[in-house]
Amino acid sequence: MTESAGQVAGQVAASRPAAPAWSWLAALRRNGLWLLAALLLAGLPLIFRSGTALTMMSLMGIMIIFALSYNMLLGQTGLLSFGHAVYYGLGAFIVVHAMNAIIRAKLPIPLPVMPLLGGIAGLAFAVIFGSVSTRRGGTAFAMISLGLAELVASSSLILRGFFGGEEGITTNRTRLFRIFDWTFGPQIQVYYLIAAWCLLCMIAMYALTRTPFGRMCNAVRENPERIEFIGCSRTMVRFMAFCLAGFFAGIAGSLAAINFEIVNASYVGVQQSGVVLLAAYIGGTGHFVGPVLGAIVVTYLQTMLSDVTEVWQLYFGLMFIAVVMFAPGGLAGILMMHAPMLRARGWHSLMIPYALLLAAASVAVVGAIVIVELTHHLMVKAADGTVMSLFGISLDAAAPSPWLVAVILAAGGAMLARAAWPIAARALSDAMAEAQTGERS
Amino acid sequence: MTTPVLELSGIHKSFGRTQIIRGVDLAVPRGERHAIIGPNGAGKSTLFNLISGRLKPSAGVIRLDGEDVTDARPQEINRRGLARSFQITNIFPRLSVWENVRCAVLGARPYKYSFWHGVDSLAEVQERTEHILHEINLIGRRATAAGVLTYAEQRALEIAITIAGGASIILLDEPTAGMSRREAEHAVALIRRISEGRTLIMIEHDMSVVFDLADRISVLVYGQIIASDAPARIKTNANVQQAYLGTAAA
Repeated sequence: MTESAGQVAGQVAASRPAAPAWSWLAALRRNGLWLLAALLLAGLPLIFRSGTALTMMSLMGIMIIFALSYNMLLGQTGLLSFGHAVYYGLGAFIVVHAMNAIIRAKLPIPLPVMPLLGGIAGLAFAVIFGSVSTRRGGTAFAMISLGLAELVASSSLILRGFFGGEEGITTNRTRLFRIFDWTFGPQIQVYYLIAAWCLLCMIAMYALTRTPFGRMCNAVRENPERIEFIGCSRTMVRFMAFCLAGFFAGIAGSLAAINFEIVNASYVGVQQSGVVLLAAYIGGTGHFVGPVLGAIVVTYLQTMLSDVTEVWQLYFGLMFIAVVMFAPGGLAGILMMHAPMLRARGWHSLMIPYALLLAAASVAVVGAIVIVELTHHLMVKAADGTVMSLFGISLDAAAPSPWLVAVILAAGGAMLARAAWPIAARALSDAMAEAQTGERS
Repeated sequence: MTTPVLELSGIHKSFGRTQIIRGVDLAVPRGERHAIIGPNGAGKSTLFNLISGRLKPSAGVIRLDGEDVTDARPQEINRRGLARSFQITNIFPRLSVWENVRCAVLGARPYKYSFWHGVDSLAEVQERTEHILHEINLIGRRATAAGVLTYAEQRALEIAITIAGGASIILLDEPTAGMSRREAEHAVALIRRISEGRTLIMIEHDMSVVFDLADRISVLVYGQIIASDAPARIKTNANVQQAYLGTAAA
């Protein structure tokens, strides 16, 4: 037995590439993506120069950290939490209080380290609440997380000294100890602060998935019973995942507090917990990049849709339902499904079926939007008269013709999309089979 | 005589008013290959669940190496060197074969919860995982998701997960159930190899496997052990003939 183990060890050692001259290249290859991410984060403000874009990118960075921390629970460990904003929000509150105290006492602590304090606060609260909630998995865990979220959200309106009541607590990020003359007054400086923390947190959370602990999280997600019979405590693994997720959520929350210079009850609210769940799920919980994509898309939609329509939350909800029904793997799941074709350059055969499906679905979506907006106008804004403008066209919500057109578009588009779906699915499975045989030969 | 490595005394287990285990005493010395046989519903799997900490006995004491583990949790019992397999395959279906075995290897290591070691750079874990996969002949399937393996491969993986931590006492619950004759022969050879120098307790219905492997056989009928003896003597035991083998041989 020891002899064969020795043989195996020999094989492993022999198959390991050991040329030291190439190690920097290997390191570059391994970390190339992070380098790319760093360049992207650094370069984005040079491409998107407007104030709106800068604000939005700052929010995206915050949401990326938050959604990734959430996915440590949902995607990695299989824990569905309805109260992740608790650690985000409490981290933010602690940081704002600390900033105000530092300003008063004129302590030599610079702003860029404050998120670390927020992370530690998130960690501390996660240790306290997690010691209760992670004793159970599944539905019980989800319910306890919801209960704790409600508890904290309602305390935020009662404990006015700490939470500042309705109006919240303000701070001034420019009045902390300055290094290199950075005032953090202009948004661009805040963006770079957020970008730096975002990159750091992404690398840290990715590295965590490649540790023994990260693998144990996956094992607990897959089969929480068997893990006990290989000598591990699932409670321990869940607790640790919960604490680390709280740590990163606290960092995200404090960056939000620094960005807005105000923190209020909505930070710890159930709605904030819902948004991070949506972001992680829409992006895809099964892949590390999923929540990153989800955070970008959800933040973009939150900002843009709310400018365009008042019922943006309805569209948001509908989109979530569509993802759950048609793409349970999220955006990342869709991308990963197509990865073999991209590698084998077999995506040409997909373009026409996909274009058909997309066109049909777009028609249906436009029809549905018209119906929603007409209804909304009639029910909520009836006082403004029945004439409204949609897609740059003036419509009379009381006339039958817009409704008729909308219903035809929605129903016809849906029928066409249903017809195009199997064609696209067929094309996909054909292309996949081809890509696989290509890879094998 | 040295202390038995596993000792059950006066074990009872009831679910509500139904008594499943009705007073079991069993002592297994170190290094023995011990088979537990008995008709369906005799309580064999329940007995394994009690020994491995999945269930708590209603009465009685379980000792591992002389120490009371009656109320210990499964992971504590595992850490004391007892590992078990399951009758219904109990693996990590969406993880690769490699990850399945590696998790089981990690489970017995002090750094199993470490979040500062790179999991791929733990050479000793990698070597052990590779060794186990060679042993169960699944090295070629290392990247396959465990859930899509064939039934016999999943049963082999089930055994691999059980032995990967290097436990000194191994409980196998019907390791060859549902296998073809050829597959079962492979499994028996595998079990013989992996139980070398360890204590093996297994539940098995296939009598040729039992008589092939076991040093001693215990016959469990209606929650009681009616005989515990060497294979040759079990064959000729009148009680066993009547209660079990008689019907099975017919």
